[in-house]
Amino acid sequence: MIQTKGQFQSAKRFLFLVGDIGQFTLRFFREGFHKPFEWKEILKQCGEVGYRSLSLVGVTAFIMGLVLTIQSRPTLVEFGAESWLPAMVSVSLIREIGPVITALICAGKIGSRIGAELGSMRVTEQIDAMEVSGTNPFKYLVTTRVLATSLMLPLLVIFADTIALYGSFLAVNIKGAVSFQLFFNQVFETLEFSDLIPSILKSFFFGFIIGIIGCYMGYNSKKGTEGVGKSANSAVVVASLMVFILDLIAVQITDLFYEL
Amino acid sequence: MNYKTKERENVIEIRDLKKSFGDNHVIRGFDLNVKDRESVAVLGQSGSGKSVLIKCVIGLITADEGTIKVLGKAVEQLNQVELDELRTDIGFLFQSNALYDSMTIRENLEFPLRRLRRDKSKAEIDAAVQEALEDVGLFHTLNLMPSELSGGMRKRISIARTLIVQPKIILYDEPTTGLDPITAGEINQLMNKVQEKYKTASIIISHDLDCIKVTAQRIVILKNGINYKEGTFEELKNSEDPWVSAFFNT
Ligand SMILES: Nc1ncnc2c1ncn2[C@@H]1O[C@H](COP(=O)(O)OP(=O)(O)OP(=O)(O)O)[C@@H](O)[C@H]1O
Ligand SMILES: [Mg+2]
Repeated sequence: MIQTKGQFQSAKRFLFLVGDIGQFTLRFFREGFHKPFEWKEILKQCGEVGYRSLSLVGVTAFIMGLVLTIQSRPTLVEFGAESWLPAMVSVSLIREIGPVITALICAGKIGSRIGAELGSMRVTEQIDAMEVSGTNPFKYLVTTRVLATSLMLPLLVIFADTIALYGSFLAVNIKGAVSFQLFFNQVFETLEFSDLIPSILKSFFFGFIIGIIGCYMGYNSKKGTEGVGKSANSAVVVASLMVFILDLIAVQITDLFYEL
Repeated sequence: MNYKTKERENVIEIRDLKKSFGDNHVIRGFDLNVKDRESVAVLGQSGSGKSVLIKCVIGLITADEGTIKVLGKAVEQLNQVELDELRTDIGFLFQSNALYDSMTIRENLEFPLRRLRRDKSKAEIDAAVQEALEDVGLFHTLNLMPSELSGGMRKRISIARTLIVQPKIILYDEPTTGLDPITAGEINQLMNKVQEKYKTASIIISHDLDCIKVTAQRIVILKNGINYKEGTFEELKNSEDPWVSAFFNT
């Protein structure tokens, strides 16, 4: 009985959180697209988001490509289908692993940064200071960051896909030499726009959700240093969870389109 | 009340202000008038709602009941554009300074100027930044980051940032708290200098008696959410009221 009451409470809290984030998102659409636009700040944030995650995303993608290829080989060899290796690996990289891994890394790297940054700005009254300086802090801080993550994530995913495919090429080459051209010919023969487009689209939504959740947690940070830590932490946890949930939804939707 | 102050008009009029956070009734019917070019100190214990009071004045917190008129405009009835317009005439010094720590000192000072006075040219902005920094004696910090400054310097930069838009009213939230007596004394002098040079009216929130003594012409005590006592420094110091006397004579 006590346990169910506790569960009821946390379920209620979760629903409130979802509702709050929903409202925050609505506010983004209401306030984000009025003049004057903060172009300079948007560009700056795009730079921050892209540049700061580039090396981490690159290294991880390279290793994923490598590992995935090495691990898939024995299974394919068993069925005598080793020559399918580039095709199989590229499809799973582009459709699923590239976007999801990149999004998770960015949820950790960018989400926590945004959560902590806005959180400490809230706690030290910098957000209030902006407001009394005739600036809409929501527009200046939140809108710019959400736009930046939404725009940059697809680019990061394309970058990650490229590096991962290169990693995969190297792994194919460990056993049995395959030329660069032959490998990529096979890859591009298999890949279709219907693999690429949904993957880019969903990374756009991943970026959006990472930005919104990071900003929401930071913007509504509780007072004190503990509040800042909590904001950064929840930003990562909730954003990562949402990436998986969105991915699940995205898979269902693309499936529907395939059936048509 | 002498003839001169009588003639000046009120720049801030607070009537029966009330504000609660849940069951915490912080302000319970507070009244205050501030005349043009007058400095009024609001004195009160920690947690008595001083910061809440002046945040209501600038519209950062919405009051539950009562009216606040600033320069003849009722704050609670303004829309966002009108409120921003009014805020160009009010400087707000935050208790925590609230300097933007990702920006240099120059960018910190330029920020309100670019936002509130969009018609200014680059040269005008540079000149204003220089003047404000020279007013507080810290021109050499122009390209430093806030984290590279001491607490007292940050407070001065913060004052420079409120000055730069040449407000008619300045709201100081505990300008000297947490500073050593000498630095605090310097800040007090700076506040007086600012008052003289820019002819501002001000509300000074504080529980630092030295600060209040040299900067304020009139003192209001905020206790239990109301204006408990009012008077000059001398009047309150000699007050019969045990609470006031305890506050002033320890
Ligand atoms: N945003 C808020 N939400 C809930 N309660 C608040 C909020 N802001 C202030 N309070 C409460 O209002 C009361 C007064 O706070 P305030 O910051 O005005 O005190 P203060 O007089 O400025 O104290 P100090 O001298 O320590 O700065 C406190 O009990 C505080 O908990
Ligand atoms: Mg305070």
